[in-house]
Amino acid sequence: MQPIVQPGMQPVATTFFFYFLSGLTLLSGVLVITRKSPVHSALALIFGLLTQAGLYLMLYAPFVAGVQIILYAGGIMVLFLFVIMLVNLERSQKEEQFNKQWLIGLLAAIALGALFIIVYVKGKSFFPVGIPQPIESNNTQQIGVMLYGQYMFAFEIASLLLLVAIIGAVVMAKKRI
Amino acid sequence: MLDYITSYLGSNTTPGQAGNVFWALVYIMVVFGGISVAVMAMNWLERKALAHFQIRLGPMRVGPHGLLQPIADAIKLMTKEDIIPSEADKFVFWIAPLIILCASFAVYIVVPFGPTHAITDLNIGILFMLGVSSLSVLGVVMAGWASNSHYPLIGALRSSAQMVSYEVAMGMAVVSAILMTSLHGLGAYGVGTGTSGTGTLSMIGIVQAQYEQQVWFLFKFFPLGFIAFGIFAIAMVAETNRAPFDLPEAESELTAGFHTEYSGLRWSLFMLGEYAAMIAVSSIAVTLWLGGWYRPFANALTGDTWDLVFSLFPGFTFLALAVIAFVGVVRMPKHPYFRVQTIGLAGFGIVLGLIGLILFAPPVRDRIQDIFWFVAKVAGFMYLYIWYRATFPRYRFDQLMKVGWKVLLPIGIGVLILTAILGVVL
Repeated sequence: MQPIVQPGMQPVATTFFFYFLSGLTLLSGVLVITRKSPVHSALALIFGLLTQAGLYLMLYAPFVAGVQIILYAGGIMVLFLFVIMLVNLERSQKEEQFNKQWLIGLLAAIALGALFIIVYVKGKSFFPVGIPQPIESNNTQQIGVMLYGQYMFAFEIASLLLLVAIIGAVVMAKKRI
Repeated sequence: MLDYITSYLGSNTTPGQAGNVFWALVYIMVVFGGISVAVMAMNWLERKALAHFQIRLGPMRVGPHGLLQPIADAIKLMTKEDIIPSEADKFVFWIAPLIILCASFAVYIVVPFGPTHAITDLNIGILFMLGVSSLSVLGVVMAGWASNSHYPLIGALRSSAQMVSYEVAMGMAVVSAILMTSLHGLGAYGVGTGTSGTGTLSMIGIVQAQYEQQVWFLFKFFPLGFIAFGIFAIAMVAETNRAPFDLPEAESELTAGFHTEYSGLRWSLFMLGEYAAMIAVSSIAVTLWLGGWYRPFANALTGDTWDLVFSLFPGFTFLALAVIAFVGVVRMPKHPYFRVQTIGLAGFGIVLGLIGLILFAPPVRDRIQDIFWFVAKVAGFMYLYIWYRATFPRYRFDQLMKVGWKVLLPIGIGVLILTAILGVVL
C-alpha cells in the first residue's frame, strides 16, 4: 500500500481545501444554533453535512462521502425538513432560543476545548503521523471485502438491529396489524 | 503550460483521473454546454412531438417549423419580470432553484460518454449519481415551503414523498445490476489485482464489465435483468416528476405545484434542472443495462467489416436528418411570405448534411463512435419520456404510492435476491 496517489496525479491545493471546507463546516455549525428559523437551521445543517462529505473525500474515503450525501443530506435531512415545515413555526419562533445555564455551558465548553487541546498537543505519540493512505482506486472494493469477509458477524448483527428498529416503527405506527 | 496541456493527449484515462485540470475544465464546459443545448432541443422536440401525437402542428411561427422557438422562449423568460411574493422567505426562495440546478448538473461529472470521455471516473460513480440527484428533492421542498402559499406546499410535500418512495425501488434495481458486475470478476474491470470476484461502482467499470461478460445487463439472467431495468425505467420517470407521475405539478389540481409562485428566469432554472435530471437518469439506465458507449453487438459482430458498418451510423443519422429537413423545404408553401423560412430550413438541412459528411471522415468517425452510441441510446429514452406523456393519464396519489411500495419494491427485492442466488450458483 505505498502509492499515496495514482501516478501522475497531483493533489490539488490540499491544504487550502482542508481549511476552506473546515471553515465552511464551522460556519454552518454556528449558523445551525444561531438562526431563529428552524428551516434555516436545518438548511445550514445540510450544508455542514455536505462540507463534511468533502472532507471525507479529501481523506481518500469516497465511499463514506457518498454514503454521507445519500443518508444524511439526501435522506434524513429531507425528513427533518418535512417535519419542520409541517409544525407551527410561529410558536417556536417566540420561544427563548438559548437557556440561561451559561455557567454549566461555559464549564462544558472549557472541558471539551481542553480535551481537544490536550489531544492536539500530546496526541502525536498516540496517533502516528505518517499513516500511508490507502489506494483511492479500489478502497470501496476493500470496504466491501472487509464487511462481507472479516467483519461479517458484526455487520449482520447491525443489520438485525436495523430490522428490529423497522419492525418496531411499524408496530408503533400501526395499532392494528 | 503547453507541455501540461499536451501531456494528457496520449493518455487513456479520463482527465479527472489523469489529474489534468485544464482538460477537466474543457470537458466540463463541453459537457455542460452540450447538456444545455440538448435541453433546448428537447424542449422543441417535446412540444412538436406532443403536438403531432394530438394531431396539432405545435410551434410553427418562430423559424421554420418553430426551430427557433426555444431561443425565443429563453429571451422571453430572461426579460420577464421576476416576482418574489412579499410573504416569501426571500433567501430560501432564491436558493431553491439553484440547488435543483446544481444537483442535476453535478451528476454529469461521472457520466461516461466513452472509455475516456468522462470528466472523471469516481470509484463510487453510481453511488455519487444517486446521492447527488437525490439532493434535488431538497430544492423542491425548499421552493414549496419558501413560497408561503398553499399549492406550492402541497406540491412540495407530494413531490418529496414520491421521490423518497421511488428512490427505494430504484436503489433495489440499481443494486441488482451492480451485483452482476462482480460475476466472472478476476480483477478484469480496472479495479486492480487481488480483487477477484469484487464488483465495481464506477460508471466506466460497469460498462466494461458488460463488455467482458459479453452481454448487456438487460439480457443477463434473462428475465431478471429485464425486470430490474423495467423497475428502474418506471422509477426514473417518477423521480424526475414527469407524466404519468407528475403529481407535484398536476395542473388540474395544484396550478403548477411547487413552482407556482416562480416566474421568469427562476422558473426557467427549474425547467432546465428538470430536463437535465431526465437526461442524467436516462444515462444511468444506459450505463447500467444498455452497455453504455458500446455499439450494439460489440462482441457478436466483430471484425473490420462490422466495425466499418457500425462506424458509418453517425454520418447516416445526420444525413437522414438533412433529408427530413429537405423534405420540409419541398413541402413548404410557395407563397413569398414563407421565402425566408424556406431558405432558413434549407440552410439548416445543408448544415446537417455537412456535419454528416464530416462524420464519415475516418479520423472523426473513429473518435465519435462511443459518444454517438451513448447519446443515441439516451435520446431513445428522451423520446420515451415524451411518448409516456402523450399516452398515459396521470396517476392518483394513493395509486402512485401503492405502485411504488406494494408493487415495485417487493419485485425489486425479489429480483435482487434471485440475482444474488443465481450469481452464486452459476
